[in-house]
Formats: sequence, C-alpha cells, structure tokens
Amino acid sequence: MAVNDTLEGTHKIIESAREQQPNLNPLAPTVNDFNQELTTLNLGPTHPATHGIFQNILQMDGERIISGVPTIGYIHRAFEKIAERRPFYQITTLTDRMNYCSSPINNFGWHMTVEKLLGVEVPKRAQYIRVILMELARITDHLICNGILGVDTGAFTGFLYLMDEREKVYEIYEELCGARLTTNMGRVGGMERDLSDVAIAKLRAWLKTFPAVMAEFEKMFNRNRIFMDRVVDVGGISAERALNYGFTGPNLRAAGVDYDVRVMNPYSSYQDFEFEIPVGTKGDTYDRFMVRNEEIWQSLRIITQALENLPEGPYHADAPHFYLPPKQAVYQNMEALIYHFKIVMGEIDAPVGEVYHSVEGGNGELGFYLVSDGGRTPYRLHFRRPCFIYYQAYTEMVVGQTLSDAIVTLSSMNVIAGELDA
Amino acid sequence: MADQNESTPAQEQAAAQDPAAQKNAQLLALLHRLFGADAFTDVEEPYGLLTATTTREQIHGIIEGLQKDEELQLNFLTTMCGMHWPEKKDQELGIVYHLHSLTQNIRLRLKIFFPIADPVAPTLTDLYSAANWMEREAFDFYGIIFPGHPNLMRILNVEDMDYHPMRKEYALEDGTREDKTDLFFGR
Repeated sequence: MAVNDTLEGTHKIIESAREQQPNLNPLAPTVNDFNQELTTLNLGPTHPATHGIFQNILQMDGERIISGVPTIGYIHRAFEKIAERRPFYQITTLTDRMNYCSSPINNFGWHMTVEKLLGVEVPKRAQYIRVILMELARITDHLICNGILGVDTGAFTGFLYLMDEREKVYEIYEELCGARLTTNMGRVGGMERDLSDVAIAKLRAWLKTFPAVMAEFEKMFNRNRIFMDRVVDVGGISAERALNYGFTGPNLRAAGVDYDVRVMNPYSSYQDFEFEIPVGTKGDTYDRFMVRNEEIWQSLRIITQALENLPEGPYHADAPHFYLPPKQAVYQNMEALIYHFKIVMGEIDAPVGEVYHSVEGGNGELGFYLVSDGGRTPYRLHFRRPCFIYYQAYTEMVVGQTLSDAIVTLSSMNVIAGELDA
Repeated sequence: MADQNESTPAQEQAAAQDPAAQKNAQLLALLHRLFGADAFTDVEEPYGLLTATTTREQIHGIIEGLQKDEELQLNFLTTMCGMHWPEKKDQELGIVYHLHSLTQNIRLRLKIFFPIADPVAPTLTDLYSAANWMEREAFDFYGIIFPGHPNLMRILNVEDMDYHPMRKEYALEDGTREDKTDLFFGR
C-alpha cells in the first residue's frame, strides 16, 4: 500500500513537471515557484555514468529535473564524408566503429547493402553463418547494456558474470577473424572464411554453459526489490511518443510495439527461423531491461536452430569481381591476385543506383542509404543510426524525475556514443 | 462475391510472384489519388523501394496527408538526409525522406530538390519529433534552413564553424599524398 502511494505520488510529480516543461529551452526560468534558485548541472561530457562522451545540461529544482538540453558531437568523426572517397570494402571499418558493442551486425548490414546494389546472391550457408554471428553480437550488446544497468543501480556482480560470457563470445570472433572488438569477418558476397571446427566447438560449448549464467543473472535482478525500486516506472515513454520519435529496437518494443526488422523485412534467411518478439507494456526502464533479457533467450534459440540446420555448400558467392578472394588463393592463384588488387584499389565500378537496406541492430533499425553514381566510391552514404534517432527523446523521458532516475534511464536506453555521433 | 475490389487470378499470381511490386503499385495509385499525378516526377522503384520526387512547396502537405491517411498510416519517419549535386542547375541541394508504414509494412522514399542559393525547406518537426535532430543534421552538413524549426543549430560540428562540410566543394584531402608526412604518428 505504501509503495503504491509513493508510486502514485511520483507519477503526479512527473506529470506536473512535464506540463510545466519550458520546451527544453536553455533559457528556462532560474527560480522555482518558491523563489528558490534552480541549479544548472552538467551531466557529462565525461561522466562515468554517461557511458560515452555526450553532455546533458540539466536544470534541477533540488533533485528534480526541470528541463534538459542534450549536446552531442564530441566524437563526431565525419564517417559519412569519409565514406565518399573510400571503396566499398574500406567502408566496412567505418561501420564497426559505430556500435562497437555489436560490430558484426554493422559489418554485415553494410555488406548486405552493397550486395543489394551489386545484385550479388549470397549462398545459404553464408547467410546462416551471418545469422549466427549477428545473434551472438546482439547477445553481447544486450549483455553489456543490462550488465551496466546493474552497475548503475549499484550491483556490480551481475556485470562481472556477464562480461565473462562476453569474453567467451569474443573468443569465437577471434577464432574466425583474429579480432575481438572491431571484427571484420564478412565480405561482400559471404564470409571471409568458413566456420572452423574449433569455432563450432567453442560455440557449442558456450551454448551449453551460457544459459545457466544468464538464468542466474536474471534470478539476481528480475524480482530484486532494490533493483525494481530503482527502475520500475522510471524513464517511461508511451508507444505513441516512441513511434513519433522514431524509436526502434528494444526501446520501442519495451513500449509495446512489436516492430522488428528481422520479421517485417527479413534479410539473410531470418524467415527460416522460429523466434518471438518480446514486448513490454509501459516503456519504462524495467521493461527495456526485461525485453533485452528476453531477446537474449530468443537469440539463443535462433543460434541453436541455425547451427543445427547449417547447410552444406560454399561460404561465399561466386562473384570474383566483388568478393575479396581468400588470402591463400591470393598467394597461389594469379586470377585471385589480380582481383584482390582490383577490389582493394577500388578499380571496379559499381552500378548507378540508390539502395536502402536496414538490419535489426543491437539498438534498433540500422539503415544504410547508399547512392552510387557509377564510380568506385559511394556518391552519398547516410547511416540511419538508431542511437542518434532516439537519444533526442531522452530529456522528455527524464523531465520530472530525479537525477538517479536519469542515470538508469540513460543506461537502459543503451546509447552508444560511437553510433550517436558517427 | 462479385466484388469490384476482388483481384483476378492473374493479379493474384503477379502479387504472389512479386508482392513488393504489387504494394508499390497500390501505393502509387494512392499517392496519385490523394495529391494528383502532377505532384510527383521521376517515379521509379530502385531495388523495390518506391521513389518519387516532388517539390518543397508540396512536401509538407504530402507527408502530413500520408501520415493522417487512415488506410496507409505512414506513421514512421525512418530517416531523412541532405544531398548535394553541384552539376544540377538550380537543383543542387536535396533532401531525401524515408517513410515507413508499420501497419502496412510499406516503405516510401520521397525527394525534393531546390537551388543552393535558396537553401530553404519546410520543417517536419510539427509532424514527427524525430525530424528535429535529422533537420539539425541536414543544416549542419549542408546548410539547409528549416523555417519554423524550434532549435536550428549545429548538432555534430562546432558552433563557430563557418561552412557546411558535406557539400561537394569541400573535398577530402587525398590520403595517399606524400608531401605531408607525420613523423610522430603512431608513437
């Protein structure tokens, strides 16, 4: 009863503060109704709880947030401009530096965009391998988001549990391409190399042990009194507002809209797999946490299905003009050497056209809008970065709440600064 | 059962073969019915996505109409971005809108072009909150002005920058040039 009263009181405060919200104006009033001076607080740019370099100039009445102005661009690296003079392969390394928590999704999303432009058909085995890796990436993305949410509410143990699992996934990446964070194992037309026996063994071993850890993590948090007090009814957004803001991914699904690119516009054989789209009801921090947890289980389902039904056959398309040949072939085969050179130097022109392709990234719909004028580089490349789209709703979500609520809201939104600024 | 809207077996077969083309045809018919065939030029379907060019005078009304249309409910602004084609006389700058109807799963790409000497386009912030930062980005990169935007200032670059860097006249320097060596790079 007491808890409900408190929640109701909180709701009232939030509602009244939202009504009075001075339109996110930096020149908002400096005193409150009792003529007490308001505080301007810089949350960020380099605050440990902002998880990246971006700033929120908050106006506070005591501990309540009255208004806020988000400032971004601190690590803007002009990826869209740089991409205009790079051949398609060299753009791959720009993409995995956007959402670095789930690099393979970004890489494959870009490769699929180029494949669409070039009309390259990817063999089934490569598609399944991509699905496995993209779901692994989604799991690691959600693991770090939910683990950090635990840290922000004062629970460090869960984070340690999950980071251990993330390392194991990184070992699988390492087995495939040598890199751990900025992976680059895809190619236009398929994969750089096949899933090796070692990688499959590591993946199977991980699939056996991970569910127990995940279950334990959920046991620690899902019905934890302290955790729930911190996150239930905090930083909520309605489905209507979320759609108007262009939310996608777990943040939109937490608000109750079951939009998932994997289902609505399937790519890379996602239509072959059975999985569910978890949705929340209120769009608050707790819902976002739970949706991500549930998505991890669904991703595990997809990986298991893909691994069991992994088709035999080639792991890349027979497209020598576009597929970067395997290194061994470059050493031994003259044709491969020539094509390797021509592709790397960007001497093969792309067809004229424009293409939009989107994948379900860790944070939502990650889209690539590519305009080609027939040259070796894109004429224009625009990244639809989910973080950039939904971070502008942040101030609306936290106005009327306390500073500690703002921290957990930010952390549950999973704003990745690399993707935000690009 | 003799419904006028009932499709013929041939149409059904065509739809089964290429549902995207069928959807695009329906969408184009709807666009023409709502706004007239004159409103759109350069209608094409690159890689299955219906694309049409319109004018900046009409774009706000069209998007508002499509958003409010009960049948289509084009309720999702996926993305918008600026473009620069220096060789197109009086059509140098452009904006590309990607819209999506989540209920019908229909995507639509609309474009407008206007002269670089008059870089003004209508704001969509009254229709989509998402347009706020996208328009700031277009302003930052291409210098497109959106009258009525609540807070039109640079978003990714610094405020005191005096040019719009994504325009084509600002070419990136050649990465292979040799007259500029940085001996201390990578220490």
